[in-house]
Parts: sequence; structure tokens; C-alpha cells
Amino acid sequence: MAIVLPRIQIKNFRFDPRWIFLGVPVLVVAYFTVIPIGMLVVGAFKTGDPGVAGEFTLDNLVNAYNDPTLYPLLFNSMIYALGSAILALVVGTALAWILERTDTPLKSLFYSLTLVPFIIPGVLHTIAWIYLLSPRIGFINRSLVSIFNLSSPPFDVFTLGGMVWVEAMHLSPIVFVLMTAAFRSMDPALEEAATTAGANHWTTLRRVTLPLMLPALASVALIMFIRGLESFEVPALIGLSAPTRIPVFTSRIYLALKGFPPDFGLASAYALILIVLCVIGIYFYNRALKRSEKYATVSGKAYRPRTIELGKWRWLTMGLFLFYFFLIVGLPFFILLWGSVLPYFTPPAWDMLDKLTLENYAAFNILDCKPGQSFCVRARAAFTNSIMLGISAATLVMALTAIISWITVRTNWRGRGLLDLMTFLPITVPGLVMAVSLMWVYLTFQIGVYGTLWILLIAYITRFMPYGIRTTTATMVQINRELEEAAQVSGASWRHTFLKITLPLLKPGLLAGWVYIVTVSMRELSTSVLLASSQSQVIAVMIFDMIEGGNTPRLAAMSVLFITFLVALVFGAQKLGARFGVKE
Amino acid sequence: MVKITELVKKFVGEKAAQVAAVNGVSFEVEEGRFFTLLGPSGCGKTTTLRCIAGLERHDEGTIFIGEQVVSSPRDRIFIAPHQRDIGMVFQSYAIWPHMTVFENVAFPLRVGKKHFAERELKDKVMRALSTVQLDALADRPAPKLSGGQQQRLALARALVAEPKVLLLDEPLSNLDAKLREQMRVELRELQRRLGLTTIYVTHDQTEALAMSNVIAVMNEGKIMQMGHPRDIYLTPANQFVADFIGSTNFIRGTARAGAVETEHGVLHCALPDGIRAGDAVLVSARPESIIVHLEKPADTPNLFQGQVQLAIFLGEMYDCQIQVGAQLMRARLNPAQRVHRGDNVFLQLPAEYITVLPANR
Repeated sequence: MAIVLPRIQIKNFRFDPRWIFLGVPVLVVAYFTVIPIGMLVVGAFKTGDPGVAGEFTLDNLVNAYNDPTLYPLLFNSMIYALGSAILALVVGTALAWILERTDTPLKSLFYSLTLVPFIIPGVLHTIAWIYLLSPRIGFINRSLVSIFNLSSPPFDVFTLGGMVWVEAMHLSPIVFVLMTAAFRSMDPALEEAATTAGANHWTTLRRVTLPLMLPALASVALIMFIRGLESFEVPALIGLSAPTRIPVFTSRIYLALKGFPPDFGLASAYALILIVLCVIGIYFYNRALKRSEKYATVSGKAYRPRTIELGKWRWLTMGLFLFYFFLIVGLPFFILLWGSVLPYFTPPAWDMLDKLTLENYAAFNILDCKPGQSFCVRARAAFTNSIMLGISAATLVMALTAIISWITVRTNWRGRGLLDLMTFLPITVPGLVMAVSLMWVYLTFQIGVYGTLWILLIAYITRFMPYGIRTTTATMVQINRELEEAAQVSGASWRHTFLKITLPLLKPGLLAGWVYIVTVSMRELSTSVLLASSQSQVIAVMIFDMIEGGNTPRLAAMSVLFITFLVALVFGAQKLGARFGVKE
Repeated sequence: MVKITELVKKFVGEKAAQVAAVNGVSFEVEEGRFFTLLGPSGCGKTTTLRCIAGLERHDEGTIFIGEQVVSSPRDRIFIAPHQRDIGMVFQSYAIWPHMTVFENVAFPLRVGKKHFAERELKDKVMRALSTVQLDALADRPAPKLSGGQQQRLALARALVAEPKVLLLDEPLSNLDAKLREQMRVELRELQRRLGLTTIYVTHDQTEALAMSNVIAVMNEGKIMQMGHPRDIYLTPANQFVADFIGSTNFIRGTARAGAVETEHGVLHCALPDGIRAGDAVLVSARPESIIVHLEKPADTPNLFQGQVQLAIFLGEMYDCQIQVGAQLMRARLNPAQRVHRGDNVFLQLPAEYITVLPANR
């Protein structure tokens, strides 16, 4: 009698190719996002520096808590972030409402001008405002003193109020763009109904428009608050230069790492507190966003509302806009331009006109560096590195996020939610904290990445992945699923469908996202400042370092060249994009 | 040509509970026939169509196209949509906006298994375009077409590779009323001329009645009745079909031998199989088959007395609401007759035009 052995059932095992399609992106994204943040958390609870065996400790957190400067630090950070968020919100929303709902002249000019403040890097914006509002050399202060015969300069940028002002001016264009979108997606019939019910413009604004916009306002306010917490340029350049330092979290982390010896444990502990604050902010942001989506008024449809006729007041609103652009673009650019054509820096004055020179630009003839011109060689390296990094990071981010968004939007694979979450994770990590995290990873695992361009590339990919996924997901959602299905039933395989239908339809979105990431990578400072070395210099960090060098005219010249380059890049890409059918 | 047996498709609904969108649907479409799946939204008709196309994977049952099993989960057979030899027109038309009219139609020929020489391809595309009278617009960017033209373009694209089956998912629902009527005729003409086996999904009963050889009325994932449009309309099999197709009056009653006893009087009529004396039934009487008498006719059976509550003059008829006992019944009246609110009238329900249905519970 034969013994029948149970056979192992392997019939049901089938290799499913989707494991690769899902698995590879999950691993790649985990490498970029989960590992650095995990290492940071570990580092905050560990003794010793990266790469040094340490043991579990709570000392870093205890030290951070017992630090007598913690409470002023927390206070400064909150006042700074809240203040700049509120000021930016008021300015940006008021301007958005004026442009969307009134008959202010020159509207289309103003719309296209709103792009410009986005291009000016934060570090240059901050430098320019120091030259405008410094009590000693500030152009505005000097002018006001001489015009009104004041005994002392009226403004001092090296105060918490000064920091709030400079950061708010930097954030306000973002508020303007976000609130313009929110106003456009609101059905103007709701406002018209109020008007026909007998409400005047002011009552309508107060009783209908603003309450309906409240969720959108709340979500924008929270983003601005987070941006304020994360910001590095203003706290470092103004806060740390103030006679009595005004530290916030980001600048405190920077100090901990730039001191000697660098205190990794303390920096990580502060970084952790900052991440927690950001996560709380983003949690409430998501809640506000969900609430604003619940409002039936926001339908994704763009409305063209009837505008309020301002009569002669419209010249006032137009003047407001001109003044705004003068403040955030005209004055800063002018002061940098002025500084770049002087032999030594001094605020604008008529008697300096005969001393103007182009000599400062001579050092930037980077296409033809003379031997011995070490500055020219360094500038050339920085420009080359920034361009290469920007292009590589943008290309890799868009390619990766195109695949990820396809998975999250089009498939019902298990695990896609996790993938989406992991891709968004870096949004909670301020740039400086990202740098600390990556230092932990690549100082612990010495694989020849630290101190090279590679760590910057990794940093940019990680930081800008959330931007990439937002663009590609938005584009993917807009592409009707039936367009792909129509290709399938027409006999096209998966590959054909992706190459001939999905990809061409994604192209405008991909291109727009690509250009955006190239520009933000090139402007990036808060991560690069800790990761760039003399062997891997980038433009923004080089400018930041030059501030301490004191060669202001050369710094100004480099700033002007940088801005010119970025403006040319963005407008060139727009021209190019128009040919490929990019709408924005 | 297309055969479906015991199709089941489940979706994960709220709280991870499985919801059967299609629950045991079987039918067969003969070659060259125009078969319509008709039902309210959410009844599973589109899901059934998408299973045939292979755009959804069903959980149970078998789908045949021609002699071939294209999908059978139990036998682990699933043929991908692009290998199924089908043409499909989507509700949104799904015209690719980055291609010209010509390229849209050429696409199925370019990606298909068979390779075509450029001249032959051009011939075929132009022939398909001229079938739908779009040949003059071949070089136009596809988004520049009007709604009706896009709809025809989608049709040309579905036809160009000469598929075995044509699948149409509410193709006319995005057109305005006049164009819809015109396209209905054109589409049916074209289908007849080409002898294409067609499966058509719609929620519009007029479309279904006007175009189909066979209609399957669906509700809640099941086929409620299948048959010729005339049979579906005149002899609905149950309350759902009677109510969904056309408008009707339901009168509760109890079956007796050769009659139904209602609260308004006895109706003499034929009882369908399966209904015995004593059963609770519903009588369905369509407004247009009720004869309204202003004077009481002599020796007429199946007569109810009522009072006119509302008479709306619609030109071709009066649409009347008539109070019969506690029930409001709808009936139509020749516009030559004059009725006023409050008039006493007599409703005659001819035995041959009323249907007796089993009462639900």
C-alpha cells in the first residue's frame, strides 16, 4: 500500500509583476525619506557623533530642555513664525481680493509680475532688505532721516519686528497666488445673492465672502506658519547679526553645528522639536484643507465673477499694487544693482554717480577664467554645480513621481497609500533639519557621499519630492481614466498605452514641475548650507559665505547675475513650455 | 457571439464590506444583434460592459467572445483588453486631445497585432471617417471638434479595426436632445449596415426601446427581464420593470379566477403563470391604454369611476390625474374631448392591455 504524501501546493503561487512596480518605488522612496528621518530620531537619543558607536541617552533632549535659552528660543520662533504668517496673510489676501474682485487697472500686468518675487532667492531678498533697513547703512533709513530731518534712523531691521517684516514680504506672493486660486474657485453667485438681498460691498465681504473663505484662509495661514518656522535665511542673516542675537530654532540648530566642536546631539534634539511643531502644523493644515473641500462652493470650476467698480478709488488700488511691487521687487533689486556698480558699498546718493564702475562684474567672466583668478574659478564651479544639480534633481524627481502618482491614482494596489504618504513625508521636514538628517546617514555610513555633490543631489531629491508628487498627481487626476482605457480596448498593450497616451498627456504637467524644481533647487540654501563643501560649492551657499567676507560690491554683482540668470531661466522655460502646450 | 454566464463582480464598499455590483448576470448576444443593458444608475450595467471589455476583473462566471473564453476566474483565464478584439465608445468619448482626428482613428491600427502598410492604413482610416462623415476634418486637432463630432470620431475609432463586438457605454448621454435623436437613428443604421454585434448601455428607456433587438433591464446587479422591446413594454415581468419603463398606474388587488378584485372594482383579465387565485397582486395599467369616458358606457367591464383632479393640455393630449377612491391615477385623453377639473369620468381598463404582477410581499 502506497503512502500518499501531501504535495506542496505551489500552483497558487504566481509571480505578479506589480510587486516590482510597487516594490521598487517603495524602496527608493523609503531610502530617500524614511531612512534619514529615522536616523535623525535615533541620533537625538544617542550619545556620540555620527559614525561613532554610542548608547541610548535622553541627555540631548534634557540638555535642550534645561537650556535657559529654550524659552526665549520658543518665544522668538513663535512670534517670528506667527507674525510673518499673519502679516503675509493680510497683505496677500487683500491684494488677491483687490485683483480678483475689483476693476483695478493693469490687472494682467500685475498677474504676470507676481511671478517675479518667486524667482528672487530668499538669501538675496534678505540681503537686500538689510541694505534697505539697516540702522547704519540702510537706504530707507538714510533717506527718511535726511528728508524729515530725524535725529535717529526710524527703522531697525535687526529686531524681531524687522525679521517679521522681511519674512512676511517674502511670503506674501505665495499667499497672493494661493488666495487668488481660492477666490476663483468660489461661486460668485453666492456674493451676488448677498448683493441682491440688499447687502453693500463691505457687508458682502464681511458676512459672505470671508466666512466662506475661512477654511482656505486657515489652511494658507498654517502653511505660512510652517514656512516661517522652517525659514533659515532671515533668522541666520538678520537674527544672528543682531547686536543681541535673536535665535529661532533653525538658526539655533545652525549654530550648534557650526560651533566647534559641532554638537550633533543637541542639534538633533532641537531638530526633533522643530519637526514635531511642523507635524502639528501640517496636521491642522490637512484638517483645514478637508474642511475647505467640504464647502460645496469650491468645485474646481473657475468662475469669472462680476467685478466691483471702484470708480476713482481704482487709482488708489492700482497705486497699492505698484507700491507693493516696488517694495518686494523694485527696491530690493535696485539696491543690489546699485551696490554692484560701486567700488565700495554706500547707500544710494547723487554724489556717487561719477564713481560708478562695472569692475565688480569682471570677476565673473566665468567662461574665460584667467589663471590665478581663484574667485572666478570658484564662481564657475558654483554655477556649474548649481545648474547640474538643479537639472538632475528635477529630472529624477519628475520621473520618480510620475510613476508613483500613476500607482496612487490609477491602481488599487495595496500599499499605494503608504507610498503616497512616504513621498509626502519630507514636507514635514525643514530644510536645515533635512541636512542634519542626511549628515547622520552619510557620516554614519561612510560611502563617499558626504562632502560631495551626491549628498546635495540626494537632499534636493528628498526635499522636492513632495512638490513633484503634487504636480504629477494633479495632472494625473485631470487625465480622464477613459483616455487610457480607450487605448487598451483599441488593442494597445500596457507599454503602448503608457508611452503613447499617458506620457504625452502628462507632458505639460511634467515640464511645469520640472522647471519649478530646477529653480527651487538652484535657490535652495537651508539644506545646502550644511552639506555643501569647498569641493561641492553651489551659488546660494557661496553668496551666503560671501556676506561674512565683506566684499559687498562683488556680492551684489553676483546677486544681480544670479537673479538675471533665474529670470532668464523661468521666462525661457515659459516660452519653451508654450510650444509644448503648458498652460501656466 | 458574446455569452456571459453567472457573472459576479464585487467591489469593496464602505467599511471594507464587499458589495456585489453585478450579481449573477447571464445572457447571450447573437451575431449582428443590437443588445441593450438598461437600468438606473448603479444597477451594474456599466460594470457588466467593462467586464466584457476586460477593464474590470470579475469574481465569478465566464465571458465568451465568439468561441473563445476571454475571462473565467475559476479557470484562471484572463485575456487583457487589448487582446480581446473589441471596439468601445466611452461616455466621455475619450478622444485623445494630443492627436489629430486622423491619428485618433489610426491608433487602433498602429498598435494592433496586425501590421498595416501606410497606404492601407490611410485607406482604412479614411473609410472609417467617411462612414461617420468626418473625412473632411481628418487633419483637425481632435479637441477642436464639437460634441456630436467627437461622438462620431469615437465611433469611427471603435469601428476602424473591424472588431468582433462593439461596446457602447452611454454614448449619447452627453449630447443635447435634438442631436441625440439624430445620432440614435444614425448609429442604429450604421450598426445594421455593418452587421456589427453591439452591446449598448443606457439609462434612457426611449433609446433602448428605439434601438434594440433585445433589452435586458437591470436592477441591483441582476437582470430583471430580458426580451424584445415590445414585450418588455407591454408585458413587464415585475413591478420594477413596469415602473422603470414608461409610466404606469399600479392597482393593488387579490387574484380571483380570470379576474383581479381591487378596492375600486373587479378587473377581468388573464392571470400570468404562477399566480393563483387568492394571491396578492399588482395590476399595471399604462396611462395611454386607459380609455376615459365622460358618460358611463353601457355593458362595459373593467370600469372605474373617478373625478378629474388635474387636466394638463399638452397639445397632442390631455395628461389627466383622476381620483379613483383613495388613489390618484394617470390617464390620457384625446385633446378633442374637453374635460374640466371636478368632472366625473369613467375609466375603462381593457383586459388585453393590463398586466397582472405578483405583489412584492
